[in-house]
Amino acid sequence: MTATETTDTTLRTVTLNVNGQTIRQEVESRTLLAYALRDAGLKGTHVGCDTSSCGCCVVLLDGDTPAKSCTMFAVQAEGHQITTVEGLGSPGDLHPLQQAFWDQHGLQCGYCTPGMLMTAKAMLEHNPDPTDQEVREFLSGNLCRCTGYNNIVKAVQQAARVMRDEAQAQALAGMVPSTAEGGAQ
Amino acid sequence: MSIETDATNNAGPQTLTMGKGMKRKEDPRFLTGNGNYVDDMRLPGMLYMAIVHSPYPHANIKSIDKEAALAVPGVKAVITGEDLVAASLAWLPTFHGFDKQMVLAVGKVLFQHQEVAAVFAETREAARDAAELVDVDYEPLDPVISPFDSMKDEVILRDDREDRTNHIYHWDSGDRDGTQAALDDSEVVVTERIYAPRCHPAPLEPCGCVAQFDAMGRLHFWVTSQAPHVYRTAISLVTGIPEDKIRVISPDIGGGFGNKVPVYPGYVCAIVGALILKTPVKWIETRTENLTTTGFARDYHMDVTIGAKKDGTVTALKVKTVADHGAFDAAADPSKYPAGMFGVVTGSYQFPVAFAELDAYFTNKAPGGVAYRCSFRVTEASYAIERGMDILAQKLTMDPAELRRKNFVRKDQFPYDSALGFTYDSGDYEGTMDKALNQIGYAELRREQAEKRARGEYMGIGISTFTEVVGAGPSKHFDILGIKMFDSAEIRIHPTGTGIIRTGTKSQGQGHETTWAQIVAEELGLDPQNLLVEEGDTDTAPYGLGTYASRSTPVAGAALALAARRVREKARKVAAHLLEAAPEDIEWVEHRFQVMGVPSRSVTMKEVAFAAYTNPGEGNEPGLEASLYYDPPNMTFPHGAYIAVVDVDAETGEVKVRRFLAIDDCGTVINPMIVEGQVHGGLTEGFAIAFMQEIPYDEQGNNMAPNFMEYLIPTSVEAPVWETGSTVTPSPHHPIGAKGVGESPNVGSPAAFVNAVMDALAPLGVTHIDMPLTREKVWRAIRNAEAAAASD
Ligand code: FES
Ligand code: FES
Repeated sequence: MTATETTDTTLRTVTLNVNGQTIRQEVESRTLLAYALRDAGLKGTHVGCDTSSCGCCVVLLDGDTPAKSCTMFAVQAEGHQITTVEGLGSPGDLHPLQQAFWDQHGLQCGYCTPGMLMTAKAMLEHNPDPTDQEVREFLSGNLCRCTGYNNIVKAVQQAARVMRDEAQAQALAGMVPSTAEGGAQ
Repeated sequence: MSIETDATNNAGPQTLTMGKGMKRKEDPRFLTGNGNYVDDMRLPGMLYMAIVHSPYPHANIKSIDKEAALAVPGVKAVITGEDLVAASLAWLPTFHGFDKQMVLAVGKVLFQHQEVAAVFAETREAARDAAELVDVDYEPLDPVISPFDSMKDEVILRDDREDRTNHIYHWDSGDRDGTQAALDDSEVVVTERIYAPRCHPAPLEPCGCVAQFDAMGRLHFWVTSQAPHVYRTAISLVTGIPEDKIRVISPDIGGGFGNKVPVYPGYVCAIVGALILKTPVKWIETRTENLTTTGFARDYHMDVTIGAKKDGTVTALKVKTVADHGAFDAAADPSKYPAGMFGVVTGSYQFPVAFAELDAYFTNKAPGGVAYRCSFRVTEASYAIERGMDILAQKLTMDPAELRRKNFVRKDQFPYDSALGFTYDSGDYEGTMDKALNQIGYAELRREQAEKRARGEYMGIGISTFTEVVGAGPSKHFDILGIKMFDSAEIRIHPTGTGIIRTGTKSQGQGHETTWAQIVAEELGLDPQNLLVEEGDTDTAPYGLGTYASRSTPVAGAALALAARRVREKARKVAAHLLEAAPEDIEWVEHRFQVMGVPSRSVTMKEVAFAAYTNPGEGNEPGLEASLYYDPPNMTFPHGAYIAVVDVDAETGEVKVRRFLAIDDCGTVINPMIVEGQVHGGLTEGFAIAFMQEIPYDEQGNNMAPNFMEYLIPTSVEAPVWETGSTVTPSPHHPIGAKGVGESPNVGSPAAFVNAVMDALAPLGVTHIDMPLTREKVWRAIRNAEAAAASD
């Protein structure tokens, strides 16, 4: 059996919802989501292995499910909300996780970083107050060759603290009238 | 209206950051997906290349049929070794200069996964489909997998070479007869065969390139390279394209660790494809290609012999090594040092006499032998001596720390000439070890160990007090492809006191954009945030040998400091003009120019910069820039003392790393946060080498770890929590006293781990187990030791 006999190479159009935007793209049925995203110019999603081992390609499906986009076909992503690192924050407006990775020196070459950030985001959605061991276990599908992980764990813990505080502040803010309604300046 | 004054306007020492943990300037780019890696390049009309690899480690190629591949929709061309012969591009010189390497196999294949053909197509998928359809008819031959078989010369692997032997070279250093005589006279002699297994740097970004010829015939080549200038020269030498018609660009690089130093066949094929198809070509290797065909590391079989007196004073060291270089001698060592800096194998100790020799052989394995996060074979050398010292301590029933203390080069002996010809610049080995012993609570740990031993539990404490040699290198000794291993710096200060810094090095995650700015900021009294660092583009960067072997800070870092001092000298004249004084009367105090002894009359560098363009003063050259090439007078010798504490489960063979402390001395520290990050990363790779990472081959020559499912690298779960610390012994010959650190933890830590496990198993009489210390290997060693004890 040869490759061409097993492969459907006809192009079809997929409609992807990425970071709140709709992207329409011509793909083959076997085109991987990672490549579809990258071909659409979202180059923050990286590819580092052939075996779903490294996690450089992790994106979020529907807000809180991390997925290795090298292990998923683009066509399978239709109907899902996809978040990539570009949807997390921008250089002037970093997400608390991005800020924490910066503060704690949680990256060196930066190749694993987008996938790390997305996995860490998913973890904090599910567990806002993790132990170090829980962080390590949740991140175990994301390899990093440079940092040795110690600072990544610290970064995730810093972000968890900041995000908990923010969540609490928001909850408290909900209990008093907003400033627009005449609250204290 | 009030104008906010810029804090840097009067930059004094308090606003500078040298020696401080300034956050990295490059990070916002990487954190937001705005990194710019080679695979991010997209050019109109760009084709994708895929490579056909040999399934056999050794086989004649009887024929290659391209028909089916060419019939795949979107496929533009298929090239083979024969096609390259016609274009005189079939062979590639290796950096070593002693050998050449096939670009695509001609006549026969010499290792499994060797490149046999290249396919160019409109999509990456079509290229891979077509690569599978290239029909190669092989006639398998018996492979030679072990260098010990290879040395018998029963099967000659390289019939392109006239010498009819698998032996590549012999290298030796030191006093052969004197060493033997000293060993014959020694009261105690220990000897052990120690294997540093074949492993792979495996950066997370695979290797790759994009080749484009513009309408003027100029080659633009984006590539994952640690040494872009050397690539440009190599491409020119291989292809005959004049060097000025080649631009090599290394953009952001996702880790290198030595893997991105050599020039690989895929790069040549991509350039050929772009040339013949007149359109850009991208090749990004797969992880399997990375692990099976590009620069592996180590593969040294070392017979280590140490002689000593009964009191532990060492008398002689002999090391005989057999090195497996695979199918081509593509080792990335400077050409006058075929065994790299293996000569540092005497380590931190005063060996009165020593002799090291090495013989390298071809086998049917992937070629290479790169410096994997180390300075050309230093990891092997360090591992050999640090293991050897522990084996000696065990034999003498002496505490390994005391044995080391007895034999250290003392701090008043520097510069120290080692028995194998290196001149160590500076160090304080005993001070560093003492700091480590105190910080980890060594005496207490030994007490705990004694208690555990009494209960039949296996706890181990492993020490490694290593000396590294980095900063290749002094031009009298070091070159690659004949090019001397200097490095360079160029600094331009703009009128408003910001600037741009360029060097011949290339960061792959080491943080050059930050540390280079810090060095120059310190020398010039400017704000590091406003000093842009640019590397990796051969059109703009000054020629330099690149970043590997921890040479960036020792060589380019020195070039930067000296170039900045040139800028300062130029600026002094302008300052003199502004202050209406003679240049000799201007001193540089607290990061500003002042009239000698008159603190009230001073100007900042920022003010001087503006004047350099607007009012330089009569006779002063306008502008404010300098460039400089730096040839280091010597290598630098960072050192460290590492201690690992492990528990071994005798039932399962499982090793738990309970603690690991690394005290590093890399001379002057530029950015402690970055240094600590480098240490963490290096220790994690050292841990991996000790316990997990290996590229083994079976007897048929199959690569048994061609992906991340088989080639195990640590995840966050396995990686230990690291404790670190430092001592500072500046290098006397480096302008700012810095020595380099990125590799020390990887060089120093494997021995600490293995020593710890062996220390744990010492009661069983186990002296040595070769890395990686997998559970199974440890378990077997324990069972064998028990069986041996039972049969006594
Ligand atoms: S690219 Fe490695 S897991 Fe997706
Ligand atoms: S920062 Fe380089 S792989 Fe993680």
